[in-house]
Amino acid sequence: MSLATSTNYMVPTGREEPWRFTPLNRLAGLHETSVELHDRISLEPADIPAGVVITVEDAVALPPISTNDDHIIRRVRDGVSKVLLVTIEKDAEIALPIFLIRSMLDMTPEISRVQVNAGTNSHATLVIENSGEGVLAEEIEFNLAPGANLRFVTLQEWSARAVHVARHHAIIGKDATFTSYVVSIGGSVVRISPTVEYTGPGSNAELFGLYFATDGQHLEHRVHVEHSVPGARSRVNYKGALNGNSAHTVWIGDVFIKAAAQGTDTYELNRNLLLSHGARADSVPNLEIETGDIVGAGHASTTGRFDDEQLFYLMSRGIPSEQARRLVIRGFFSDIVSKLKLEGIEERIMNRIDSELSVVKI
Amino acid sequence: MSTLEIKGLHVSVITEEGAKEILRGVDLTINSGETHAIMGPNGSGKSTLAYSIAGHPKYTITSGSVTLDGVDVLEMTVDERAKAGLFLAMQYPVEVPGVSVSNFLRTAVTAIRGEAPKVRTWVGEVKEAMSALSMDPAFSERNVNEGFSGGEKKRHEILQMELLKPKIAILDETDSGLDVDALRIVSEGVNRVKENQDLGIMLITHYTRILRYIKPDFVHVFAGGRIVEEGGPELATKLEENGYAEYATA
Repeated sequence: MSLATSTNYMVPTGREEPWRFTPLNRLAGLHETSVELHDRISLEPADIPAGVVITVEDAVALPPISTNDDHIIRRVRDGVSKVLLVTIEKDAEIALPIFLIRSMLDMTPEISRVQVNAGTNSHATLVIENSGEGVLAEEIEFNLAPGANLRFVTLQEWSARAVHVARHHAIIGKDATFTSYVVSIGGSVVRISPTVEYTGPGSNAELFGLYFATDGQHLEHRVHVEHSVPGARSRVNYKGALNGNSAHTVWIGDVFIKAAAQGTDTYELNRNLLLSHGARADSVPNLEIETGDIVGAGHASTTGRFDDEQLFYLMSRGIPSEQARRLVIRGFFSDIVSKLKLEGIEERIMNRIDSELSVVKI
Repeated sequence: MSTLEIKGLHVSVITEEGAKEILRGVDLTINSGETHAIMGPNGSGKSTLAYSIAGHPKYTITSGSVTLDGVDVLEMTVDERAKAGLFLAMQYPVEVPGVSVSNFLRTAVTAIRGEAPKVRTWVGEVKEAMSALSMDPAFSERNVNEGFSGGEKKRHEILQMELLKPKIAILDETDSGLDVDALRIVSEGVNRVKENQDLGIMLITHYTRILRYIKPDFVHVFAGGRIVEEGGPELATKLEENGYAEYATA
């Protein structure tokens, strides 16, 4: 174990655009150069199917493969001595999910770097589960070789005090498909930046997110999709519910279509459901287009209150109000959850949603 | 044998200009096995009567009573009213995205019957009820009312009525938006449930068309928030010929 040394990068003050929504004073010092960040491998493999190799590499030997301008992620890069490397072999068809579990942290600020290499024409699903306490800054980079198909599921089921700042960056090769499901339910502050770049035509990203914030939670998701090569596709669908006083969610959806990215096909969507007063959902879609020669580009963002007519309809069929609310909320998230197709996980997420719902009366 | 008894019912809604009285003293008694047609012009308060009985929070009961077999309905929550045996087939059934018809039906039936239906018999029961309403079995995998045609929505309402087995059903403009074939199928469904389950029916309609398929025992003319004339089936014939003009000032 070594300690990260301080750097002289600009420390965010909260006035910068990328930090204006984030409660810096609740980050437990992850952004403060005076705070030391513990360096260790915190993910534990649970199930490693054949066709996958997981190793610990020296950070010097395995430098980052993408550019980064996030201050906290810079601290991760500077501070880690080891990187967890997940290698999915070329042509591997892996039906069983690869599980990596993180559940033994304490409230000491720490850092983590992971690199996932999906080999040519491989098929795999990687699940990273975060639970319990923790103050964590992490970077996960995905490198998808041509024709690779990688599904990435990450569950933030942190306990109430946890702080989690992460960047998930995917580099998607020709004819490769990256699908991610970011599920954020627990934690005091969660700030995740799922970002995507493409290196060849026919590449595809499907980015799904589900979040549920209750009393005092800050759950922030900053999606960034950069179309800089021709013929790539992206779909973004994030859904959130908020229940309780000063529950706060932030969704940023940046999609950039560079001049060279002819034939781009992109659509992003964010829906928020406010279940109580005193909750706040910020939703900022942002589409910048430098070429008109595209298949399609669109975005939608809606934030609305619970529909009492749905409640009345269900109750008029004998369904008690609490159960009717659960049905409606489960229904709201079902299009995303039902896509997971992971035994046990779907029902676990739905049960977590139920319990979030019962924290505060609507 | 069940009885729904409405006495001196006054109901208001809150508007931007303050409370507005919609129902002005409704008296009506419906027994098991009876079909009562409530007919009247648009805006006369027919739907308000339906939703007030079902317990929609938009409507405030200012005076009067509604009882089912002597038990105060107005004291009950919306779901309790359904459990007590009341059913409202809505004119505009509500979409519930992400909730499948099969999940919805099983949840509702479990709530009404107080226990989950046995899987083996339940599947057959739903299948049979759907088939009787000429509904495609694939229908049960769709989300509740989402993307349904007008006819599909109304069939779905009657399907629920058949499965939930209420004592008294209120059919609010069930005929609206239906073509002749759909009207016949839906009406046959209503008649079948009435016969099998000794259902009492409050049939709210603007037009006499549905009365060719569902024969009323009593006809009540509704205007200005109350019943202004009552009679047998012959009253419907008179309305068909003369319309509601003579009640316009009521």
